[in-house]
Amino acid sequence: MSELSVKHLLGIKYLNKQDIDLIFQTADHFKEVINRPIKKVPSLRDITIANLFFENSTRTRLSFELAEKRLSADVVNFSAASSSVKKGETLIDTVNNILSMKVDLVVMRHPNPGAGIFLSKHVDASIINAGDGAHEHPTQALLDSYSIREKLGTVEGKKVVIVGDILHSRVALSNILALKLQGAQVKVCGPYTLLPKYISSLGVEVEPNLRKALEWCDVANMLRVQNERMDISYFPSTREYVQLFGLNKELLDSLGKKIVIMHPGPINRGVEITSDVADSDQAIILDQVENGVAIRMAVIYLLASKIKQV
Amino acid sequence: MAGAQILFDPAPCSSHKKNLTFVTLTSVIMSQKVLLASKEMNIILHRLACQLIENHNTFEDSVIIGIQPRGVFLANRIHKILREEYGISTIKMGQLDITFYRDDFRRSDKPLEANKTHIDFVVEDKRVIFIDDVLYTGRSIRAALTAVQSFGRPREIELLTLIDRRFSRHLPIQPDYNGRQVDAINEEKVKVNWKENEGEDAVYLISKV
Repeated sequence: MSELSVKHLLGIKYLNKQDIDLIFQTADHFKEVINRPIKKVPSLRDITIANLFFENSTRTRLSFELAEKRLSADVVNFSAASSSVKKGETLIDTVNNILSMKVDLVVMRHPNPGAGIFLSKHVDASIINAGDGAHEHPTQALLDSYSIREKLGTVEGKKVVIVGDILHSRVALSNILALKLQGAQVKVCGPYTLLPKYISSLGVEVEPNLRKALEWCDVANMLRVQNERMDISYFPSTREYVQLFGLNKELLDSLGKKIVIMHPGPINRGVEITSDVADSDQAIILDQVENGVAIRMAVIYLLASKIKQV
Repeated sequence: MAGAQILFDPAPCSSHKKNLTFVTLTSVIMSQKVLLASKEMNIILHRLACQLIENHNTFEDSVIIGIQPRGVFLANRIHKILREEYGISTIKMGQLDITFYRDDFRRSDKPLEANKTHIDFVVEDKRVIFIDDVLYTGRSIRAALTAVQSFGRPREIELLTLIDRRFSRHLPIQPDYNGRQVDAINEEKVKVNWKENEGEDAVYLISKV
């Protein structure tokens, strides 16, 4: 069997198609495991994992922690809000202190793009990027593609539109890279102010009209407007955003075909999608959350198997 | 394909000395011997099926579980005999993968490859019969004993194997139903071939000469 070509999961950018296929095959097995009466396997008994969250998270953090515990790894949690980071400790010092306690693998979320890459050059442990600023969020992109594969059979050749705040979204960048790698067609849709300037260099098209975008696609990934990352005003009002880029049931039903609705969470109900769309049978939002645990188990298992036994 | 077969490794020798070249070539010569041919295997499979019936009667509370990857072929064959030749149609069969329960994670150079687990019945309070093709060190069965607990607490667990390499055990595990005992040494390999996978029913003993 092949193994991952990387020691860390820093971004989809560093993966190849074989890596993604291997992660998906492994996730298939773990998805079966987490649906058993006893959802735990003893594989990672001798592995310790530190979850370092320098930025808020609910879903990703819980999902990683569950994945680690279901593999029987020992887990330590750290959040910046209640730590010595507030006292002025640097990132490398913080991590090296944690690693001195014999930690094998680090899962890190950080507000600065490239934090994981920086860390991987200075410490020995394997790093999994759980989101670095507006850069990448690789496990989210993997679970999104995995959910499309599960729902539609394959990702190759599928048409995916990513709607909303592309500029501030690490989910968008990782998703575009992952989808292109697997041979999907990708368009982005949103206000021009929320689209990165050189987006076409990633091989995606811009479609400013939501209806046209939805009529073209098989899958719509609806992103949240990340108000917390906006230091200036990018659109006149939330009401205007909703009218132009919000997905409601009326619009969805008028398409004349069933498209798959995805959302990485957290949802702002009534902004990017209305409640009746989020709760409709076309939405696979909760399947994405379930698949997130299986994907993270697969990634952790595959990276941990590359850590040398001492 | 009965009889001995000589296999040469065409890997070139990097050494300049001629006598070293000779050593490299002889060390990879392999021979294989037929332990069981198709007819004998068929007789043994029927005997094992009959022994199961003797103990489990109608299989009302009993289930059979093939251990992935190679035990599944044997389980399918036994299941077919029980169903088609002895009319036991209600018997439940599953496949159990033990990869995540193995005790050599991070100890081997190659990553461990998982296979599909499929158990769509409750194991709780059932009489479970594990089926595997070759019982060697016993470590796979040790892992399977742990793995099956994820599906409930069986009333009892039995083990059926086609080949028992009886002098190679690392753990105190013995089969309840056994096809043939083989006294192979550790450098030798026992390979079970199946018609549905390799195109023939046969068991080979492969050894370096």
